[in-house]
Amino acid sequence: MPAVQETVDQVRRIDVDQYKYGFETLIESDKAPKGLSEDTVRFISAKKNEPDWMLAWRLDAYKRWLTMREPKWAKVDYGPIDYQNIYYYAAPKKAPASLDDIDPEILRTYEKLGIPLREREALLGIRKTDGQNSEDGGAEPAGGNGYGRVAVDAVFDSVSVATTFKAELAKAGVLFMPISEAVHEHPDLVKKYLGSVVPVSDNFFATLNSAVFSDGSFVYVPPGVRCPMELSTYFRINERNTGQFERTLIIADKGSYVSYLEGCTAPVRDENQLHAAVVELIALDDAEIKYSTIQNWYPGDANGKGGIYNFVTKRGDCRGRGAKISWTQLETGSAITWKYPSCILRGDNSRGEFYSIAISNGYQQVDSGTKMLHLGKNTTSRIISKGIAAGHSNNTYRGLVTSHRRATGARNFTNCDSLLIGDQCGAHTVPYIETKNSSTVFEHEATTSKISEEMLFYCRQRGLSAEEATALVVNGFVKDVLQQLPMEFAVEAQKLISVSLEGSVG
Amino acid sequence: MPLLEIKNLHVKIDGKEILKSLDLTVNAGEVHAIMGPNGSGKSTLAYVLAGKAGYEPTSGEVKFDGKNIFDMTPDERAAAGLFLAFQYPLEIPGVATMTFLRTALNAQRKKRGEAELSTPEFIKRVREAAGKLNIDQDMLRRAVNVGFSGGEKKRNEILQMALLEPRLAVLDETDSGLDIDALKIVADGVNRLRALQRAFVVITHYQRLLSYIVPDIVHVLSGGRIVKTGGKELALELEARGYAEYQEEAVE
Amino acid sequence: MKTAAEAALAEAFAAARDRLPGDDAVAAQRDAAFGLFAKEGLPHRRVEEWKYTDLRALMREAKPLAPPPDAAAKARAKAAGALLGDVETRRLVFVDGAFVAELSDLAHLEEGLTVDSLADALSDNDPVLTRHLGKLAPANNVAVALNTALMGDGAVIRIAAGATIERPLHLLFVASAKPDASFVRSLVVVERGARAMVIESHEGPAGSDYQVNAALELFVGDEAHVDHVKIVGEGADALHVSTLAAAIGAHARFNAFSFIAGGAVVRNQLFLKFDGEGVVAGIRGATLLNGRQHADTTLVADHVAADCQSREVFKAVLDNEAHGVFQGRIIVRRHAQKTDAKMMTQALLLSERAEADNKPELEIFADDVQCGHGATSGAIDDELKFYLLARGIPAAEAEALLIQAFLGEAIEGIEHAGLREALLEAVAAWLKARK
Repeated sequence: MPAVQETVDQVRRIDVDQYKYGFETLIESDKAPKGLSEDTVRFISAKKNEPDWMLAWRLDAYKRWLTMREPKWAKVDYGPIDYQNIYYYAAPKKAPASLDDIDPEILRTYEKLGIPLREREALLGIRKTDGQNSEDGGAEPAGGNGYGRVAVDAVFDSVSVATTFKAELAKAGVLFMPISEAVHEHPDLVKKYLGSVVPVSDNFFATLNSAVFSDGSFVYVPPGVRCPMELSTYFRINERNTGQFERTLIIADKGSYVSYLEGCTAPVRDENQLHAAVVELIALDDAEIKYSTIQNWYPGDANGKGGIYNFVTKRGDCRGRGAKISWTQLETGSAITWKYPSCILRGDNSRGEFYSIAISNGYQQVDSGTKMLHLGKNTTSRIISKGIAAGHSNNTYRGLVTSHRRATGARNFTNCDSLLIGDQCGAHTVPYIETKNSSTVFEHEATTSKISEEMLFYCRQRGLSAEEATALVVNGFVKDVLQQLPMEFAVEAQKLISVSLEGSVG
Repeated sequence: MPLLEIKNLHVKIDGKEILKSLDLTVNAGEVHAIMGPNGSGKSTLAYVLAGKAGYEPTSGEVKFDGKNIFDMTPDERAAAGLFLAFQYPLEIPGVATMTFLRTALNAQRKKRGEAELSTPEFIKRVREAAGKLNIDQDMLRRAVNVGFSGGEKKRNEILQMALLEPRLAVLDETDSGLDIDALKIVADGVNRLRALQRAFVVITHYQRLLSYIVPDIVHVLSGGRIVKTGGKELALELEARGYAEYQEEAVE
Repeated sequence: MKTAAEAALAEAFAAARDRLPGDDAVAAQRDAAFGLFAKEGLPHRRVEEWKYTDLRALMREAKPLAPPPDAAAKARAKAAGALLGDVETRRLVFVDGAFVAELSDLAHLEEGLTVDSLADALSDNDPVLTRHLGKLAPANNVAVALNTALMGDGAVIRIAAGATIERPLHLLFVASAKPDASFVRSLVVVERGARAMVIESHEGPAGSDYQVNAALELFVGDEAHVDHVKIVGEGADALHVSTLAAAIGAHARFNAFSFIAGGAVVRNQLFLKFDGEGVVAGIRGATLLNGRQHADTTLVADHVAADCQSREVFKAVLDNEAHGVFQGRIIVRRHAQKTDAKMMTQALLLSERAEADNKPELEIFADDVQCGHGATSGAIDDELKFYLLARGIPAAEAEALLIQAFLGEAIEGIEHAGLREALLEAVAAWLKARK
């Protein structure tokens, strides 16, 4: 049997057993009544003890949302979503006051995910990683405590349960806390920046998020500060029939730098769950934000039943001169992905980057890409997208690159490659390239091809199994993007790629 | 028991019979050369042994170490000790040569129930083998064969052979595209690996390589079967007189 | 809410419905097509396929259907077709959308060649129409629907199996001075193994904001070899929408070229279906725009059968405030294994205020394929230009040379030497007029 055929068969057999994050944590939780109404919005706001201005902002969003319609232009196909059959708020009943108060069940959940919440454990992890130094860039398997110094904000259903390293970050002046806390502690910053990149009525899902967002992370890096460690948020949907609507706001003040990573998982459920997040990034003069995502929401079973609907609005605003925003994403999960992390290149000489690996398998549908909006002079952007479609999945890259009349000297380079594994899947490329001034130079290239039988055979002649050979070739295919992930997560990412493709738990 | 035993092997590719009743026996410690004109089925034989898709036999048997190789996947054959140096080594973008070598070596060791090599031990072995083949560190860091010259690709094949320590190495036109210096390096690499428990099948069109890798037995492959077998002097004879007489013999 | 143009089209259809040629079946076809338009209205920017060419905004009014041409109009049409004056072709002349036999060259038709006017074929209930008309043009495209509803005349050409028609067939569409609207529909059926070249050219006077909606359905039989060339040289104020819908049979060779230099608003649509295995196709185009011209080339190359090879190369040169659009979609269906399709689209912006929108798409459902596309946009390469200047070539000439070289990559793909020369000359003339 040809190697590819075997791989294809492997892939077909994929089912829930392969999703190793599919466990459920049994803890008591406190939920808002099912469905969405003005009362739900008020309930969420009251739960968070929010000031009036925040409630007013939410209610305004809710009213606008009522007049909007779900977007239909993406190349994804799903049944109607009953917005009244979702819980918009779920919180663990025992509210933690400090790390020591966290429900042990939740701690165990994060341990299973390989995320150290206790700072002590994380610190132990440092020594371990420091000791390993492999010659060829490191394919050393790292366990859950193989992380370097990473500050973690853990969001469980609708609330943030723990934020680590807060004190040490505070010393550097970096604010890293749940957004629900920031509303109280730094209202001026929140008021100034919330909704300034993704306006309340930006799109159906972002508006919904604005009305009902429950928690998420808030980061502020003061002028000239280089954030001393990686910041990370882990999102976990646990409750049944619960939507997750987190909101992330990151502000890098003049000349600062921050690298941030989000990870996401959910239990195996046979119904679809909605995830509609909003992420706003603001980079002022000469600031740099590096935002990485490892998205591994439950993708549904072998027949396409269940899985997360991932409708996410992520946008960064290079508001100052010489600002830089870089998005890196590894998308392996979700039944439906609708996601376009974008950069508004407003400041002169600002730069936007988008590096993406999107792997779809089973009956997953991915419509993802980016927008690079060149508004300032001499702005540059780079897009590298690697799509891999297997099983019965459909994988679409959709991207917009546009230069404004006044954006003289704008430059973009785009490279989109798609790889097909098996003959039942689809890979699509839909770029929009709009040039509105003659000093712009935009270059775009895209290819679609099948995974090379010859290459696989060469690997197998050297002793690799069909799955190993496929994983190796695919990892090579996505290398340019993988290199953009922070070192701490690159190994995890590599393993995740193998798992998503092989159908065997690594 | 011979290391490799091919009996009455018939192979069809796209409906055309390429190998017709081929017999060949290779014992441990021997170096066999298979020579023949273009299109005689030399590369087909190499691919059939390694298990390339589309190169399945219509009849006949091939035993490697007493086991039927057609029951084995390509990687199982590799782990059992069968190595093919490709005539056209594949380029694998994005995969560092070092990563590739380690993945292959450990995959084979795992299949054989051996422990994986530690990182320092692995690196030591690679450096040693690479040094002998004039392969520098930079080449090892680059993606497998990507941007390698023809000679570099062939040296990389020999490096892999040295690390994987196969029991039978099939060298498919390893001399093609090599200048004389590169040819010597490659031949030295092969000669260093000659051992009592290891055998080689050297497939080539020209005698040139066989001046450096001196064979014990030379076969002439023509029209899909072995038409003559002799000692190393047969290679010189072919060099002088060409394949014409054998090609005529092969015509049916 | 209907726009003035939509309302006018509805009135025009109601008034003309009963006198348009064709039997009941054709009338039903017209009604169904118009029904689509009535439902959808003129396409606008929220309709994805028309994102960059908002016809609702660009077509403020709908012109009345052109009456049959008078003697003066016919006389003026004699001077038409100068661009291809040196190319030996068989001319079929249409004035304001109506076939004019006395201006056309119908003598000594080659063996295997049959030529009719659509109006006659409709009146005669020619069975070729029942078999072919409306079978290729996408029914859900509003521009096509309007054409189907209002088609008055056009050419119906048949080429018998194995016939080789040496002289290119030239469908020359001329607009008279009157600001009217014409809806022409042509049908070309090339049978197995036949060889032919079909040129469509469109021209008219500057200063008249006439409207043209032209559609051509082309059937290319197995092993046939067909070249199609479209030249849009409309007057500076004209609105031109045209459609080529083609189905290409097994092992056929097919080339298409679009040359767009005229018109205020142009939408050039190509819907190509590679129906049989082993097709080799070259689809190319060159667009030269000036002033405030807007031209949109929208291409769908649909690979239905296996083993087809297609190459798409589209170039645009945009000056002043011109707006060039290219949308090109390569589709590879599930069973179209071994497809080899590559598309390149490039825009050269000569002015600060020119605009280029490119949307090259891949939609791939088969795995064993080699597909790709590339897109670039930008100004003339300064380094190249400097190299020429350093060799003593004056700036304007250096630019002209580079522009000619840029377009040449597409134009050189035309196999017919005379036509190739004619188009290169047209480019040279355009560059000269630019200075």
